[in-house]
Formats: sequence, structure tokens, C-alpha cells
Amino acid sequence: MADTSVKKRGAAKAPFIEPGHTFGSITDKISSIVLTRKTPIFWFVGFGISFMLLSLLMVAVAYLVFEGIGIWGVNMPVAWGFAIINFVWWIGIGHAGTLISAILLLLRQDWRTSINRFAEAMTLFAVAAAGLFPLLHTGRPWLDYWLMPYPNTMGLWPNFRSPLVWDVFAVSTYATVSFLFWYTGLVPDFATLRDRTVNRWSKRVYGILSMGWRGSAVHWHRYETAYLLLAGLATPLVVSVHTVVSFDFAMSIVPGWHATIFPPYFVAGAIYAGFAMVLTLAIPLRKFYGLEDFITMRHLQNMAKIMLATGLIVGYGYMMEAFTAWYSAAEYEEFMILNRFTGPYKYAFWSLLACNVIAPQFVWWSKARNSVVALFVIAMFVNVGMWLERFIIVVTSLHRDFLPSSWGMYSGTFWDWATYAGSIGLFLTLLFVFIRLIPSVSIFEMRTLVAEEKGKKH
Amino acid sequence: MNKNSEKIDMAALRDKLATQQGKQYWRSLEDLAGTEAFQKLVENEFSTSLDEFGEGFSRRRFLQVMGASLALAGLSACTSQPEEKIVPYVTNPEEIVPGKPLYYATAVMLGGYAAGVLAESHMGRPTKLEGNPEHPASLGATDIYAQASVLGLYDPDRSQVIRRVGRFDTWENYLASVQAELQGQRIKDGAGIRILTETVTAPALANQIRNILKDYPLARWHQYEPASRDSFKAGAQMAFGQYVDCQYHFEHADVVLSLDGDFFTGIPGGLVYARKFTGRRKAEGDSAAMNRLYAVESSPSLVGAMADHRLAMRAGDVAGFAASVAAGLGIDVPGVRNQAVRQKWIDALVRDLRKHSGRCVVVPGEYQTPDVHYLAHAINAALGNVGKTVTYTQSAEANPVVQLDSLRELVGDMESGDVDLLFILGGNPVYTAPAEFKFDEKMAKVHTRVHLSLYEDETSELCHWHIPQSHTLESWGDARAYDGTATIIQPLIAPLYGSKTAHDVLSVLSGQSGKSTYDIVKDYWKKEIGGVDFDERWQIALHNGTVAGTAFVRKTVRLQRAQNLNVEGSSPGIEVVFRPDPNIWDGRFANNGWLQELPKPLSKLTWDNAAMVSPATAARLDLENEQIVEISSGAQTVKAPVWIVPGHAEDCVTLYLGYGRTRVGHVGNGTGFSAYGLKPGSGDWFVAGVKINRIEAHWPIANTQEHGSMEGRNLVRSASVGEYESHPEMFHEMGHEPGPEMSLYPPFEYNGYAWGMAVDLNACIGCNACTIACQSENNIAVVGKEEVRRGREMHWIRIDRYYEGELDNPEVHHQPVMCMHCENAPCEVVCPVAATTHSDEGLNEMTYNRCVGTRYCANNCPYKVRRFNFFKYADYETESLKLMRNPDVTVRFRGVMEKCSYCVQRINLARIDAKKEDREIRDGEIVTACQQVCPADAIVFGNINDENSEVSRRKSEHRDYGLLAELGVRPRTSYLAKLKNPNPEIVES
Repeated sequence: MADTSVKKRGAAKAPFIEPGHTFGSITDKISSIVLTRKTPIFWFVGFGISFMLLSLLMVAVAYLVFEGIGIWGVNMPVAWGFAIINFVWWIGIGHAGTLISAILLLLRQDWRTSINRFAEAMTLFAVAAAGLFPLLHTGRPWLDYWLMPYPNTMGLWPNFRSPLVWDVFAVSTYATVSFLFWYTGLVPDFATLRDRTVNRWSKRVYGILSMGWRGSAVHWHRYETAYLLLAGLATPLVVSVHTVVSFDFAMSIVPGWHATIFPPYFVAGAIYAGFAMVLTLAIPLRKFYGLEDFITMRHLQNMAKIMLATGLIVGYGYMMEAFTAWYSAAEYEEFMILNRFTGPYKYAFWSLLACNVIAPQFVWWSKARNSVVALFVIAMFVNVGMWLERFIIVVTSLHRDFLPSSWGMYSGTFWDWATYAGSIGLFLTLLFVFIRLIPSVSIFEMRTLVAEEKGKKH
Repeated sequence: MNKNSEKIDMAALRDKLATQQGKQYWRSLEDLAGTEAFQKLVENEFSTSLDEFGEGFSRRRFLQVMGASLALAGLSACTSQPEEKIVPYVTNPEEIVPGKPLYYATAVMLGGYAAGVLAESHMGRPTKLEGNPEHPASLGATDIYAQASVLGLYDPDRSQVIRRVGRFDTWENYLASVQAELQGQRIKDGAGIRILTETVTAPALANQIRNILKDYPLARWHQYEPASRDSFKAGAQMAFGQYVDCQYHFEHADVVLSLDGDFFTGIPGGLVYARKFTGRRKAEGDSAAMNRLYAVESSPSLVGAMADHRLAMRAGDVAGFAASVAAGLGIDVPGVRNQAVRQKWIDALVRDLRKHSGRCVVVPGEYQTPDVHYLAHAINAALGNVGKTVTYTQSAEANPVVQLDSLRELVGDMESGDVDLLFILGGNPVYTAPAEFKFDEKMAKVHTRVHLSLYEDETSELCHWHIPQSHTLESWGDARAYDGTATIIQPLIAPLYGSKTAHDVLSVLSGQSGKSTYDIVKDYWKKEIGGVDFDERWQIALHNGTVAGTAFVRKTVRLQRAQNLNVEGSSPGIEVVFRPDPNIWDGRFANNGWLQELPKPLSKLTWDNAAMVSPATAARLDLENEQIVEISSGAQTVKAPVWIVPGHAEDCVTLYLGYGRTRVGHVGNGTGFSAYGLKPGSGDWFVAGVKINRIEAHWPIANTQEHGSMEGRNLVRSASVGEYESHPEMFHEMGHEPGPEMSLYPPFEYNGYAWGMAVDLNACIGCNACTIACQSENNIAVVGKEEVRRGREMHWIRIDRYYEGELDNPEVHHQPVMCMHCENAPCEVVCPVAATTHSDEGLNEMTYNRCVGTRYCANNCPYKVRRFNFFKYADYETESLKLMRNPDVTVRFRGVMEKCSYCVQRINLARIDAKKEDREIRDGEIVTACQQVCPADAIVFGNINDENSEVSRRKSEHRDYGLLAELGVRPRTSYLAKLKNPNPEIVES
């Protein structure tokens, strides 16, 4: 899906970095956000709001553990609700980071350089937010470690046939590799910060974090090798994580879940959601920190195009779901899709189509592609649409399955929404802390772009 | 509590402590006195502070209940751990082996009539009731009320202390006080004494009352309970000039006509009727010979749901219908209207009845008019059914009276000030008496009022003396069954609180003060059955649960000509039909959480009653579910939420009695609305010409099955007898059932036992007994109305109800659904921690300790039989409920999944017994709780590896099919398809 021709044409088109930048100016500009510039008001406002949401999460979680899962809207037949919806949503969002860092790196897509750092950070934080939900959604969260294979006096392994156990491996591997990848990429920049900071304490902290980086040729050589290897490791993860997440549904026998299209359709949906979220975050970030030079319209447009491409795959997925339901001639499948179209959750379903299939079509139109506001709005639609998609998959499949006697309805309670809002709070809080303490654009990689741009001019 | 006095009365406190048994924990004098301020403090401390935390918690009414129960149970948490010593038996009682239950024969009553039970006792605690197979009114089955009476015994809200005008008092003071009153009465020959009981069949109690009436010739004995058999008795009086009981013999009936009644539930002998009736619908082997049931009814009932032909009509039109049938059979009935609309139907019915003369039966509804009862007697007599399908005996009631007349007389006497001393033994007349009697106002004129009851209820509040009544399971007594067979009721446990029996309360009148109930009952029977070997016969009677030779002999009765029958039909306008609630009856079980949460048959309502109307009537009056309406009849008005019930008669509203109680306990208070206000003082069970006003407000109702259609799926497979006989394989062809060869793996070989179950849908009457038996056996928690509304009820076996056909008179299907123990269980694969696994005998086993609660198994269960503890539903605090639990079954903590285990504890018990005797488990040795309780014998359990077992035999029937078997899950529980036996004449027309 990555368009290799972008690079070729890119030379003729707008640059990935605005002209006039030197190594020094890049370093100054990016490191000043962390080291010298006064923390702007909007940071305090944003961090304050996020932290309040995070506190709400703390309250919601404490109450949940104290009282039980019943404070949520889950019931019989809809035994999974917001928790799983949010889990899949967050995990999906996390995908853009790895995709940008690993796959685009391997495909030598230089334009990734200015956005990969915070896309990776976003991945990590999204995975952190996602990881909360499966942990919390169990009836007895204090026993969640039973899902891990560890030697124990009970002499019991987890059930390796269960997709939830695969999930544990998939998500924890993904979180680990994403972290390593992100951290490895940060080491040279930590060293830059260590060298530039005047504060004794931050010098120490950045010194420890930079792990003795001196910028020697040997360091760079090893760094490049490690980074490439990690990219190679992370690449299959982009596909595997959401494939495994989709197995949670596809391996069951619930009509609406039991579908072979789920793995590719989930992966595409994840990249779709991920890029929408990167756009959602990049647009305000470049505005508030004046990073338009580094995150140019080219970046936004490329991301929008990937969003459009994956959005089309997702749309195809919806179509095939309906087609398969009809083609299967299985009455439960047929009913399931009709129930999505016309049942009690039909508004959610049609809104999902509007958000995920109609909204991105505006990207075909160059005026929309060139408008930061339009891209932001479209990305927001996709964020909502992808949440609705998971809602439709989880809820409408379960609420009316095989025996009409057991049919029921589902809606989230205050605590469901509080936990969801709280997870956004967690994500944003981490993001604000990240922006404040760590260079949110890779300094050394941007410097290579200057060299490349220069090279092109000559 | 005395609201006028907040001052602490030390003497009263001393008395209170004297009245209570066991160790009493009290926190302060305010606590002990039960002052209002202290109660508030307790509430603030324990229940409401958390409520403010959020909706999730505050909605859970039942947990509030539990918070309050904690306050009742004594504050154990703030005291240091008491030094408790565990003392073993020095000499072990011979019969008690720890871990092995003992069974005692006793009986439970509804409407005074006994049904024999075997009470399971674990170390002296009754935990479960089973039907007594040797009792003629049980045959091994029980109804829901018997099952729930165990919870009734341990209900923490039961009255625990004697009160005098609201204050704690002692039994000695009661005796002294009544004795003082009696001084005055002795001179007047007891002219001011009135005893008000419920229906009494108990010979010993009746004898005691009669003795009192001998001593006080002018005293009177009245009987009243709202769901009494007044119509039946008045009808018998009309027909035969005397009170008789009649028994139906469905085993001999080929054709049955039910006139607006339900002869399965809430009627003396109902369990037997269900067994015998469904026994004629088993369609076993190649023969599909079945009886045929015609039902005419106003309010949809279980009998109507079983009917091969059903007519919905207003209750007021049933007499006219019965008269038409009678006229068709050549009986001279005055004033027969020609019902042209249904004439064809009636003609076909009449021909069918006539064809089966002597082999048919007409059963009038308990809540129809005496005229309908008269007509039924007349038709049965004309068809030569008497002595064959209907028999008559003397009434099992000790003193049969038309109870509403009896109550009216009492109210009259109270009004004229003739009553000085009123003993109300059981019952709750302030709540249940027809509103126009103004029982509470009239009762205020009585000088001394004594009330014996299980709860401090609406009547207790207005009485001078309230005496806690001993539960049936903690007192001696006796009672008769529907055929007259007497049972000695034996206590399973000493009274939990200082409660008394009716015998105790009356002993002061009969000059037997100090004589125990045991001695009163035993002495009576000594006189009755006497003889030198009395002690032996007494032991045998206790052991068997029946007193030999007490069944009544059949009585020959002669039909009298009726003077004047009212068969005109009801007046125009909307009619209201009253019925005792199918779960909480007349309100006496209102505080029983099991019964409150049991989905009512057909409507599937829980925790509330409703104004039930037909879809067409609802459309015409512009009503929707849960909408509140104001129903007024005369000066009386009742507000009720609407519930639409397909198959209900047009222009007719059914109201269940028993709800809207204000003083019953934490569970029952504030549930539903009381329909007693509308019930006419004439004793009629329906009233026409009522007005219905829509109110723009809704009352949330907790209903467990929102969807009634099968959506064209082959879930309940049914056909007519004719279709089935011509093509016996039809049910297998309705769905594809993949075999084990569909799997890539070789099927697992079950070498030993392979447990399986078969449920006969043709027999299931939908009575819910299995659901509540399962709840009792498996310690299933009650979750409360709000949780049921969220779809979180915990029943392991539910009765799915589907409608088929037209909306106004649909065919109803019941389908009991529990865990199917699939051989390819989809739940097992997805559990990440292997908490649900397969045993080598084919059981799908749930390991609670291992469950972390991902609920993935429930999602993947196509039958949706898995139940999750979303909160800590099980009550770990209330002391009395701890006694109730089955020690063989784990009490589940919050956050774990649970579901039907095929009563694995019973399987293991049988296995231990078999191993000890070095033999195989015999067929029929394991009886699951649902199977045991079933009056219709619809459920069979056993080893499917044994070709000769009953379950294998049933599974080899043509009618056997697997629910959702097309999914390839290979369910171990299978169903036998349902057959209908329609009259070809009616089908053709």
C-alpha cells in the first residue's frame, strides 16, 4: 500500500522540510521545545484537562475493582461491551506508529521522518490505554496473571486454544517491540538533550537515558543495524497484532464474528484508524509548536492518502460481510446483517458507514486534501467511525444471536463512558508529558533530511 | 415500632432480650429499642453512603436489602473475634453422618391443602424440599411454592419477636393478658370471641378450635383467604346441596374441556393433574395416541398454552359458553344464548365430548362463577363421567364455608361492636379483604386483637398483639391433601426465633396453656387412630408422610336442578379479571426473592404485576408496555403499568393480586400495585364496565424475555399427531444435524458413563418448578429488579416461551433451556484459563475457582445459558441465609461464570454410593433437581451409553432432536418435539 513513487515525485513536489533549515536550526528548534522555551499556556490547559480525565479513570477503576464489573452495562447476552470496543479501538490506533516507523522505514519512505517519533509515542500510549481494558474487563482482575504461562503450584497452563491467550502474547509482544523501537530511536536525541541542557538534574536523567551515546561511527553503525533489525521485527507485528485481535471474534461461532475476512479487514481498519489519529494529533501539534516547517502539507496529504486507501479496504470489508452473510444462506448470518441494517442499532450502523466510507471520499478532492481543517474534520469522523465499527461488531452480533428468547439490548453506563473518557485522559496525559520532556520530532533524522534536500539541489 | 415514643423504656428492653433466642448483638440502647433515629443511623452507615457513589450500585435494590439485613444480623464486624470453640459430638447421633443429608417426610400447604414433601436436612438444617413420591398429592413432584418455602423459612425479614402495640413483649405477658380478657368472656359464653383463620384442613387444629367453641358456645370461627375456593364450594352447594371436593382423573380422560381455569397450578391436586394429564401426551414409541384439550379462557394460563384448541373470551362470557355446551348435550339450562360466532366450534366440541362419554372431563376454573361450576358438574354427570374421570368425596376442609360470607359476617359483628377479642391466625385480612369491607376501620372497634403471622405485616400493625408464627418447616401440625389423605407435619428445625404455632396461640383458650404443639397434635391423632400399637403407627405415619387410611372414600352425589343460572354474559365495556399472582400468590410470598424473581409463566414478568391486555385492546386504547393506566371500577381506582399479552381475551384486563404491599419486608415492599382495591366485595373474580385512563407516565418492568417469535427458526419443533404419524421422521428433517464425522479429529470415546438429558416438550407445561428447584439446589442468587432489567438474572434453567401463529390467539410453546453439555462445547475452546472443561463422562464442567471472568464463554454459547456474577450477588452476610445453602454446592463469588452442572453433586453422590457397593450407577439413581420437581415428568437424565436407560430410550424416539444442533456443537441435552392433537372438524372449518 505504501506508494514508492511518492519519493520520486516528491523531489519535484513540495519538500518534506521547508527550505532554509540547517543542522543547527533543526536542533535548536526541536530541542528548545523541551529545554529552553517557556512551557506554553496551551500545554498547561491541555495537560490539565487530560489529567482530570485521567483522574476520572482512576476513580472509575477504583470503583470497578471495589464493586464489580456490574457497574458497566454488560449483561447477558451482551457480555462484552465498551471494554472490548475500546480495547480494539485503541489497539487499532496504535498501528500507525509501527507502520510509520517500521514499514515505511524499510520501504525508505523518508517523509516518515518528521512524524515517526510522535507516531511511535502515540502507538505506545494507545497500547497502554488499550491494555487497560482487557485487564479491567475480567470479573476478577486481580487474577489476570492466570492468562500468562508461568510455573505455578496449580500445575496449570492457560488454555492455548483460546484466542484471548494469543491476545496476551500478541499485545505484550507488540508493546515490548514498540517500546524498544521507540527508545532505540530516541537514544541519539537523548544524547543531544544531555549535551545541550544546562540543568544538572536533567543532564543526569538524559545522560542515563542516552546510555553513553557519543555519536561515534561505531555507535551509528550499531544503531543503524539495531534499528533496521527492530524494524524487521516490528513489521510482521503490524499485521499480526490486529489479526490476533480479530481472532477474538473470528474464532467464535457468533454470527457477525465468525468470518474469515476479519484478519485483513481488521488490519486495514487498524491502519486506517491509526493514520486518522496521527492526523488528529499532528495537526494541532504543528500548529501550536510552529512545526509547520517540519510537518509539512506533504506529510498530511500522504497520510490522508493512506487513510483513504485503507478506508476503501475497510469499505470493501463491510461489503463482503454483507455479501458473505447473504451468500452463506445461513439463516443466523442473514439475520445478523439484516439486523445491522434495520435493527435497533441501525442508526449506529448507518452512522458508521457515513463516517468510515463516505467521509474519507473527500480526500479524492485536492481542495480538501490541501485544507488542514478539512483533513482534521475527516480524521475526526474516522476516529468516531472506527469506534462505531467496533461497537457494531461487538454489540449487534451478540445482542441477537441464535435463540430469540435470549435477545437483549445493551447500552453503556456512566462508568462505561467514564472509563472510556478516562482512557483518552491517560493517552493524552502521556502524550503531553512526552511532548514536554522528549523531542517530539526526531532531531537527528531531520538533520539527515537537510542533507538529502541539499543533495537534491546540487 | 412505636413512632410516638422515642424515649427508651428499660423494662421493654429487658423484655425484648428475654424474648430473643441465641446470642444477641446490640450496639447500644437505641439499637436495642429500635428507635427511628437509630435505624436512620444504621441506614446511613451501611447502605446509602455507597448509593451516592453511582447508579450502578444504587440501582441494585437487592444489595440494599442485604445492607439492611446486615443491620438485622448484628454488628459482628466491629467486635473482636469471639473466642469460639468447636466441639465435636461426644456421642454421635446414630443417624447423622456429616456430609450425608437426611430426608424427613412432611408437607407444605397452599390454600390449606397439603402436598407431601421430603425435606432434605443437612446436619439439622432443612436445605431443600423434594416431592414425596408416596404422597398422593405429590407423586414426587412439587410446585414452586414448596420449593421456595425453604427461603421463606430462612427469610431474615421474618417476624422475630412478640410485640404488644409495637413494643417488644413476652409470651408470658401475652398469656396473662388474654387470660385476663377471658375472665369477662367466660360469663358471656365467649360472645365477644372471634377466631379468624385461613382455610383449615388440619384435623388437629380444627379439633382444637371446636373444643374452644364448646367451651365458649357463642364464640365464632371464621375463615378467610382471598384465593379460597368459594366458587367451587358455592357451585357444589348448588349442584349437590352440600360441600364436597371433587377429584379429576385425567389418566382416563381422552377429551378435556377447561372452562377458564388452570388445573395445573394453584389448585389442590394440581401436581397430580399435571402428571396424569401429561401422561396421556407422551406419544411414546410408534403410537401417538394423545388426549385432546379444549380450553376456553379469559386470561392466558398454562392450561390454555397446552390446549389443542383454545378460545379466548371474556370471563363473563364463559358461563354462556358453558351453557351452550350443556344445551348442546341436551341439558336443560335456563337462558341459553345462541353464540352464533362460535357455534361451529361448540358443535364440534359437543360431538367430541359426546363421542367420549365417560372418557372425558369438564373442569371449571377456580375463579369462575358458581354457575359455571354447576354447569360443569351437570355436564360431567350427563356425559357419565362421574365415577370415572370425576369423583367426589367429602370436603377436605375441616369446616367448609364460603369464606367471603364468613368474613362479611365477621366484619358486620366488628362494626356492631360485638367483638371484644379477635384472634387472627395467619393471613393478612387488612391487606387482602375487599376494599369495600373497610376491614381495618371495622377492626379498630375490637377491644383486643391478636395476630399470628410470619411477618409483621399490614394487619400486625393494627393489632394489639403480634406473635411471630412458626414456619411450616419448624412446627408440628397436620393437614389434608386434595383426596383427604392426612399428613403429620413434622418440624425440620427448632424455631429460629421465638415463634409460635396457631395451636400455641389458641392453647390459652382451650385451657391447654403450656401444652406443646407436638402433644396437641399427637393427642388428637391418638384419639383418631388410637389403638395399642399407636406409637408404631405414629412412627410409620411420620416416616411415610401420610396417615394410612385417611383418604376419603368416594361419595355418591346427586345433581340437583338449578333454580336460576346467570349465563347472560358480561355487560359491555372493559372487564377486569383478577387472579392470584402465579408467583407470590395472594401476597403471602411477597418477600420471597426466589418467587419474586421467577419469570411468571407466559408473561415472563418479574418483581411486578401489571395490567395485562391483548394486543388488539392495547392498540384500540392506545396503550403500550409499561405505560401506566388508571383503572376504575365504581369508586375504586388502581394505577397499574400495562403489559401486552398475546392471546388475552379482548376488552379484558388481567390483574394479579398480591402486590403493592407496604409492610412485608425489604424484598417485597414497594413491588407492583395492589389490585385488591378493585376486587368486588361480591366475591366475583371479574368485574365488567371498568374505565381505563391512560396516564402519560411509565413504570419500568423487569421482563426476562423480550422476544416471543422464533423468527422462523426450528427451535421448538411441533406438528399435529396426524402429520407426525404419517411422517415420523419429520422432526429430523427440520434441521441438519452434523455428526461427529464432521470433525477432523476422531470423536472422543466415552467408555464409562456418558451423561445426557432429554426434555419432552410435549409434556412440559411451563410451570417454572424446575427453575426454582434448580435455584434451591444450586444456591443460585437473587439479583433484584434492576439487575433483571439489565438482563442479569441468574437462573440456570429458564423456560423459553415462544408464540406462533396469530397474535390474538397464538399457539404457545414452552422450552426449558439449560446447559446442553455440548460434546463440542464452544465455551470450552475460548476460555483462556481452562476454567470450563469437559469431563470424561461428557459433562461441561465449570471450575469457579479458576474462572477469571472474561465472559468469552458466554458470548460463544449459542444457548446463552451461562450466567455471570456481575456483582457479589450471593449474600455472604446474612446469617440465616447461610443455613439455607446446599453444602454440596459452592456459593459463587463475584466475577465468576456459572451455569447448569447437570447437578454434578448428585452424580457424585450416586457414584460414591455405587462405588461403596461395588456396582455401576443404576438408571434412575441420579435425579437432577429439575427432573425431580417436574410434575409433568418432562425431564429425564441418565447414562446415554446404556442403551436400556430411560434417557436412551427417549433419545431414540422419532421426536428427538437437538436444539441448534446444526451448529455442530453436538448437545447432550435433546428435546422431544411437541405434538398437538387437534379436532379435524375444527381444523377444517
